[in-house]
Amino acid sequence: MAVEAGRMRSKEGDWQRNSRGREFKERVIKFLLTACAYLSIFTTIGIVVVLFEETVRFFLDVSIVEFLTSTRWAPNTGDFGVLPLVYGTLMATFIAIAVALPIGLLTAIYLSEYAPRRLRQYLKPALEILAGVPTVVYGYFALTFITPFLGNNLFSDIDSFNAISAGLIMGVMIIPTVASVSEDAIYAVPRSLREGAYALGATKRETATKIVVPAALSGIVAAVILGISRAIGETMIVTIAMGSQANFGGTPLESMQAMTAYIVQVVGGETPRGSAVFGSIFAVGSALFLMTLALNLASYWFVRRFREIY
Amino acid sequence: MAQTSKQVERQEGGARGSEFKTSMATRYGFDRAFSILVTVAALVGVAVLAVLLIDVIGDGSGRLSLGFLTSFPSQIFPENSGIYPALIGSLWLLALTAIISVPLGLGAAVYLEEYAADTRINRMIEINISNLAGVPSVIYGLLGLGIFVQLLAPLTGGASVLTGALTLSLLILPVLIVTTREALRSIPRSIREGGYALGATRWEVIWSHLLPMALPGALTGMILALSRAIGEAAPILVVGAAAYQTYTTAGPFDGYMALPTQIYDWISRPQDVFQELAAAGIVVIMAVLLVANSVAIVLRNRFQQRS
Repeated sequence: MAVEAGRMRSKEGDWQRNSRGREFKERVIKFLLTACAYLSIFTTIGIVVVLFEETVRFFLDVSIVEFLTSTRWAPNTGDFGVLPLVYGTLMATFIAIAVALPIGLLTAIYLSEYAPRRLRQYLKPALEILAGVPTVVYGYFALTFITPFLGNNLFSDIDSFNAISAGLIMGVMIIPTVASVSEDAIYAVPRSLREGAYALGATKRETATKIVVPAALSGIVAAVILGISRAIGETMIVTIAMGSQANFGGTPLESMQAMTAYIVQVVGGETPRGSAVFGSIFAVGSALFLMTLALNLASYWFVRRFREIY
Repeated sequence: MAQTSKQVERQEGGARGSEFKTSMATRYGFDRAFSILVTVAALVGVAVLAVLLIDVIGDGSGRLSLGFLTSFPSQIFPENSGIYPALIGSLWLLALTAIISVPLGLGAAVYLEEYAADTRINRMIEINISNLAGVPSVIYGLLGLGIFVQLLAPLTGGASVLTGALTLSLLILPVLIVTTREALRSIPRSIREGGYALGATRWEVIWSHLLPMALPGALTGMILALSRAIGEAAPILVVGAAAYQTYTTAGPFDGYMALPTQIYDWISRPQDVFQELAAAGIVVIMAVLLVANSVAIVLRNRFQQRS
């Protein structure tokens, strides 16, 4: 008995010593993993601080009222009214959404309601590849294929840099975003709703458009908001195919500059650090960041607020 | 009397089903039209992708050769231009970005999925990550410019390839974290409990069981995220990828050129020969990305079949 108890004690002792070592290791590892997760907070803080600091410095030189209300953007002569750049960004975004909303939504309906299983297996990866095409490639395609195509067939007075080709191709770029997020929402609609509609004599289309899509509406709206945010932040397509001349009130066939394109234009030039022009890219960046942040939060809020729970 | 006869007529009509029948025909007609519409819509994206590839290959095939891969770009003799330094620069970016972002992404995902309690700060981290995923890439460029190029210049060497990789790492981290978390979440609870029942600690269970099981899913996410990173031009233009350099990148503190920025540089020159060079560069980068994407997709399909 006594021997046995002693052996047990010694085992327990072993175990405890070992346990202390393990506990320490566990704690160190947990600390490291926590640090990885907190890095994302520091990234956000970093973005806000960098943008804010340089933007404030910029607004010491240029009045914030002029920045937000003037419709003249000519940095070399000291005219910093951001509205022409916002106009260019919104014009391209609007065209892109006009393409991506109908095509993306119909694609989502096709994938979830119509597509044979086999085809779906190939179509989804193909859409992923579409989403993975580098944006310089899309830019090249818009500039050297879409613009000449439109010029030869539809609009003979199109500029060689223009909003419509950039917008159309940007629309193609965000089709996968709209389609896959909408499809997730449509997929989540329970089978019983569809079966109820069929039982009442609805056809397949009627079920899809009058039952399934309305039931998935919150997710679809979120998908579209996400698409808008992608389009606003897109850089290389508008830089390459839409031009580098701010143009407030221009038509889609004209050249204009987007906010992102301006940033690329300035960093590519020989602008001295600390000048007003250099500061202006951070001010434009801040405006861009706030716009996309608002849209992302709206999309997030929309999904939470209006989700139908089955 | 007249009214009743009308009513009777209507009832008879209903009974004969003539109204109903025409209505069914139109309804089915709409149905057929709609199914064609959705099919066409679903093929638009693929069709554009096909046209794009054909167009680019048509434009660039004349410039593609082994020499294109092994020469420096040249403005004086554009016919002899190549993408060698850009290719090396992109490989450096890829390697450094993978080394930096993969451990950080795995770590954050493991923490959020396996350790984090449902507290306010952890929920904030989650919302924050999904927001970061939506921040435009050019903004990450401005972040890199402010922090890595200017503030931390003594550590990063200013506009070095390390700075480019750090910036791209921050850009792809949200994607890495989200895909790895999904892979971890799909592992059944019983695996964890089995491990604990045998006396393993939390980390031992993670290291010996969860990470290996999550690997295929996480790997798919890594490949997709890294292929996004090497295709990005905007952020590395902002943090100072070189438009031209006479040497190849040989260390993390060297300057660098990269494929997407080289392509952009050629696109922005009006002469035909540069457009052809751009197209040839695009063929190379698209080939790399298509291979990477295919590997990712095969890997995921295998993984899905097994589980």
